[in-house]
Amino acid sequence: MALNEYIASRKQNKDLLLMTHVVCGYPSFDANLKELEIMAEAGVDFVELQFPFSEPSADGPLFVKANQIAVESGVTVEQCFEFMAKVSQRFDFKVLMMGYYNTVFKMGHEAFVDALKAAGGCGFIVPDLPLEEAGALHDYAKSQDIAPIVLMTPTNTDARLQTIAKAADGFVYVVARRGVTGGKTEMDAEVGEFLDKCRDISPVPTGVGFGVSAKEDLDFLAKHADMGIIGTAALKAWEEGEEKALRDFFGSLGLL
Amino acid sequence: MQNTFDHPLPNEHGYFGEYGGSFIPPELQQIMNDIDAAYREIRQEPEFLIQLASLYQHYVGRPSPIFLAENLSKKYGAQIYLKREDLNHTGAHKINHCLGEALLAKKMGKKKIIAETGAGQHGVALATAAALLGLECDIYMGEVDIKKEHPNVVRMHILGANVIPATHGRKTLKEAVDAAFEAYLKDPHSQLYAIGSVVGPHPFPMMVRDFQSIIGNEARQQMQQQYGGLPDHVVACVGGGSNAMGIFSAFLDDKEVALHGVEPAGHTMAVAGEHAATLSKGQPGTMHGFKSYMLQDEQGEPQEVYSVASGLDYPSVGPQHAYLKDLGRVNYHAIDDKQAIDAFFELSRMEGIIPAIESSHAIAQACKIAQGGGRVLVNLSGRGDKDIDFVVENYGKDYGLGSKL
Repeated sequence: MALNEYIASRKQNKDLLLMTHVVCGYPSFDANLKELEIMAEAGVDFVELQFPFSEPSADGPLFVKANQIAVESGVTVEQCFEFMAKVSQRFDFKVLMMGYYNTVFKMGHEAFVDALKAAGGCGFIVPDLPLEEAGALHDYAKSQDIAPIVLMTPTNTDARLQTIAKAADGFVYVVARRGVTGGKTEMDAEVGEFLDKCRDISPVPTGVGFGVSAKEDLDFLAKHADMGIIGTAALKAWEEGEEKALRDFFGSLGLL
Repeated sequence: MQNTFDHPLPNEHGYFGEYGGSFIPPELQQIMNDIDAAYREIRQEPEFLIQLASLYQHYVGRPSPIFLAENLSKKYGAQIYLKREDLNHTGAHKINHCLGEALLAKKMGKKKIIAETGAGQHGVALATAAALLGLECDIYMGEVDIKKEHPNVVRMHILGANVIPATHGRKTLKEAVDAAFEAYLKDPHSQLYAIGSVVGPHPFPMMVRDFQSIIGNEARQQMQQQYGGLPDHVVACVGGGSNAMGIFSAFLDDKEVALHGVEPAGHTMAVAGEHAATLSKGQPGTMHGFKSYMLQDEQGEPQEVYSVASGLDYPSVGPQHAYLKDLGRVNYHAIDDKQAIDAFFELSRMEGIIPAIESSHAIAQACKIAQGGGRVLVNLSGRGDKDIDFVVENYGKDYGLGSKL
């Protein structure tokens, strides 16, 4: 099923889709599977499987540590693809690769896309690959029905957002971090405005990551986007109390 | 002498051939665009050029002299000239770009300037520029290097900078870059990341090169005016590659001048993780925001690196060096720990100049080249005060000294 049909079918039953994130091999592949079982139960629609890289320049401290520990423990790209194949067979949600460009560059664009497709992945998110560099990789991916996910951020100019929209496929990942200053309500209004703009410009659905950690965040996002993206909060819950804490976390979101 | 800021490369997207560019998350790209725009503006401003030239002359002590090392020359059979960047205020070439980056930070209204440091030379130079210009300063440094380069750590503290240890991995230069990058991502608005070499995303490889070009601009003129013509060879050590780009930049069009970059062979080139000879042993890759040669494993993970010189052990290299290597314009060599320490003592004992261990790699290669005759100009990029305790403790007994003095 093409990605847009999948998204449309999932959207029939709910206002807001959900994507979650695990770092492959951190703390272990077994732990990953337990996390994914809970996520599946919570009804998530997409999961990003992060291929660990020791210089994860777009990640916050918690994920930096997770990446570095996974790398140091010897997690390989091959193991990540094997894990992806297992996950995409076992669960209903769709799986994407998230990682850094040197992993893709080192494998070669076509080999990477072919491996991703063979493992049942539906797309990839490579945040340090600028659009200007992405042409050949994106073209080949699209020819294989693999969606290259592009990113929009509040620092993009309107002209830049238009350029990004033209390259969009599957969905757009909107990185809408809350600012470090400013009252919450005011920032929410500002973020809401930005999300509406992205949704307006984007030809495909929008997914938003901005430190989603509570039910009210999801309620807010349901008005301004098609999908919420949960990263840090879920890993934090797992670190605090593994299965029980993760279960409680999804419970607090009203999903379990 | 003023900097010319007049170089054909990189192109407007920051590429030197296929290398360089900007491989960073989109949130950071706008910040880099702002830095690029502010830099292109400031380098056209007469007040900035006058201020920088004045600081170079009266604060740094430029132009740095070129000294004909006659004793060394006699031994090896060629004329060996030393460009004395070790005589700069703070003891190395790093102050050349730190003053430029600090002035840029002021222009952009930043309150704080942050950076990584390996041997501590860049950290000291940046802390110095920050003190002079009234900026806060955070320096990230690997825990191993903090122990090894104690005098520089003390200097940074005295100058009022915060020294923040990088505690993961091998706890050296790469990890310091990771830590500084992470801190920068948290708040890219009130801080400027003053990258310490010709590495990182565009515009840093261009900007740092431009500020360091003063070395080559002076040297080219000095060789012609004082020593009757251009050198046959120019030699410089390469970690990230800032002092080398600084001196090479003026000679790139002088086809008769051979250029030599010297990488650290560490313990041995035969084993990954035991050297940091990126251009000799690496392959193209992207890390820390730019594409260049990189020491990496089959997964594309950066490999561990090692050199006796903390300022040289980095698993990538400035993108213009990668370009010049492919072009064949610069010859890249490797000198191991032992050869570098030999050169450290030889220069000290024959010329009365204690070089930085980093620069000792260039001296060692220059002595090899000198055996073929000709005029060899070496960039003596820093002085060895910071290294004396470490060298005596670890190598003193091989040179007639106790391991404690």
